[in-house]
Amino acid sequence: MDARHLRGGVDRGGVNRGGVNRGGGTTGGATTRTQAIRALAEQHANRRGPLLPILHAVADEYGYIDDADIPVIAHVLNLSRAEVLGVVTFYHDFRRTPPAQHRIQLCRAEACQSVGAHDLFAVTRETYADDPGVEVSEVFCLGNCALGPAGMVDGRLLGRLTRERLSQALAGASEVGP
Amino acid sequence: MTGEPTVWVPCDAAAVSVGADDVATAFAAAGATVKRNGSRGMLWLEPLVEVEEAGPDGLPRRTGYANVTVDGVTGVLDGTAPSLGVVDDHEWLTRQQRVTFARVGVIEPTDIAAYEQNGGFAGLRRALGFDPAAVVAEVTTSGLRGRGGAGFPTGIKWETVRTAESDLKFVCCNADEGDSGTFADRMLIEGDPFTLIEGMAITAYAVGASEGYVYLRSEYPHAIATLRRAIDIAYAHGWLGERIQGSDLSFDLEVRVGAGAYICGEETSMLESLEGRRGEVRAKPPIPALSGLFGRPTVVNNVISLATVPMILADGGERYASLGFGRSRGTSVFQLAGNVKHGGIVEVQFGLSIDELVNGFGGGTATGRPIKAVQIGGPLGAYVPPEQFALPLDYEALATAEAMVGHGGVVVFDDTMDAAQMARFAMEFCAIESCGKCTPCRIGSTRGVEVIDRIIHAPDDGARRTQLTLLDDLCTTMTKGSLCAMGGLTPMPVRSAVRHWPQDFGLTEEAIR
Repeated sequence: MDARHLRGGVDRGGVNRGGVNRGGGTTGGATTRTQAIRALAEQHANRRGPLLPILHAVADEYGYIDDADIPVIAHVLNLSRAEVLGVVTFYHDFRRTPPAQHRIQLCRAEACQSVGAHDLFAVTRETYADDPGVEVSEVFCLGNCALGPAGMVDGRLLGRLTRERLSQALAGASEVGP
Repeated sequence: MTGEPTVWVPCDAAAVSVGADDVATAFAAAGATVKRNGSRGMLWLEPLVEVEEAGPDGLPRRTGYANVTVDGVTGVLDGTAPSLGVVDDHEWLTRQQRVTFARVGVIEPTDIAAYEQNGGFAGLRRALGFDPAAVVAEVTTSGLRGRGGAGFPTGIKWETVRTAESDLKFVCCNADEGDSGTFADRMLIEGDPFTLIEGMAITAYAVGASEGYVYLRSEYPHAIATLRRAIDIAYAHGWLGERIQGSDLSFDLEVRVGAGAYICGEETSMLESLEGRRGEVRAKPPIPALSGLFGRPTVVNNVISLATVPMILADGGERYASLGFGRSRGTSVFQLAGNVKHGGIVEVQFGLSIDELVNGFGGGTATGRPIKAVQIGGPLGAYVPPEQFALPLDYEALATAEAMVGHGGVVVFDDTMDAAQMARFAMEFCAIESCGKCTPCRIGSTRGVEVIDRIIHAPDDGARRTQLTLLDDLCTTMTKGSLCAMGGLTPMPVRSAVRHWPQDFGLTEEAIR
């Protein structure tokens, strides 16, 4: 039993569960990304099993985990770089490049397939193939299986999706028609 | 209608995905008092808006309006829109036995006073008056079995943790509900989060744990936000933290967010992930009940199992055990999904047949075409043809038909389904989501996709049969040789597809005979 893992305990506040601030970095112009990442990592370091919360915090703040972040996090947690990289690459959520301006995630799991998700995914991918501002990716189950096909546009969950509803959502229509 | 009416608009993610937030805003702008409930589980009616008024007995009653849009708000308020009648009397609900889901859709999810007025915390209060061993005994008496899929008796698991010697024990809730066609965990957390918190506190008391974690998937942002808010409120009201309600029980609880790995729904993989590592499956033994999170005795239970515990403690284990069928006691929360006319949550006692669920509650397919198959229990569950729809939906009966209840998700497919493509997808999904620790799953799934492709494109029945033999061998290797249910059960949908729809794999009628 490694005693290092048993310090801390359940987090009661203090840790920023804050929202997304894509690409902006932290406030205060003089702060470099390295300093900010170190601060984020140190903020969570005393929790049990801190690595996933740290990686989520970095992803929430910057949209992705840069290769340069990995040794910084590894140093704070006294892990090897390989251990941190291994975790980053295991999970689909942790991307290593900045996201496109808009993200479309379409469910490709069985329930959505039963109502045409396969074709919707193919057509959508084709539609935005040449648009660097829109990234189309697959996801397996958003828990909206009775109102499929389901998807997310820029993090917003949508059901009963059609091509029309998708492009409306992307255009930022205030109400996406039923 | 006079005065400012109270209008209930669900905040459940499914309702929001079809415009509930905009509808709620429109009602508020029109002068209504808007309350946000969870979903009643009649998802084909979402956004399902309810207008509250005094009934003939003077008590409030709620009249429902289906598929309300922003443009339809005026019609609901002036009474010109067609109504569904009183929602509590809706036939789809009156045919159910809502136990675990009793409050979901009824109250505001994070209104702790409403939770308590509707029976909340009665289970924990009663449990705190018992000896921990008696709490475990109550759960054992109830016959509750793990609702995550494996169906292991909850009381036996708890007893193992309770009697384990350790100064530190954990309660972990597995809310990594990744199976396609399942959404009961999500809806419970979004609709009645305190019942999960209460259930985990009871568990902690029963087994002597002091810390708990809810491992919740990142694909469920609404559930994450609701549960975190509920936990903060529970702390503020003394239902979590030091000496809960003045008792000797101290219990801390925290949400941990997954990161998009299906395999982390497997309990040992989830524990690895909670520890901050790659979600690779552990070999068992040791079982998590003895050596779980950070090597300490750990209860790992599914959301629905834990959320059912408060009702069992409040009303007694015998009462819960009086529901059910054979060795499947209590109620099961089925989720009707996919190409189904009436999709949603059906909580009934065990024993309902597939036909009663899919055709009775579900009303057949959404497209109106004949049903070709239902897949029960998620991506690792079997495809079942209509000829077997008389089967009761319980653990043992489905096992005899080489199928499983799993987490209770039932996905309906019409006659346009291609069974060979679904079998291929099962292998493809396993290849994408395998943790990679054991060979049968990591390599077998990729080989499975290749073999199925060769079956589909075989030049004649002879070549097809050769490949089918290979596929069967591969399925046996995966079933018997995989470390966990991911590789071990992927053959279940594959084999069921071959067994029931050989023509979809290109076999001619003669070859099938």
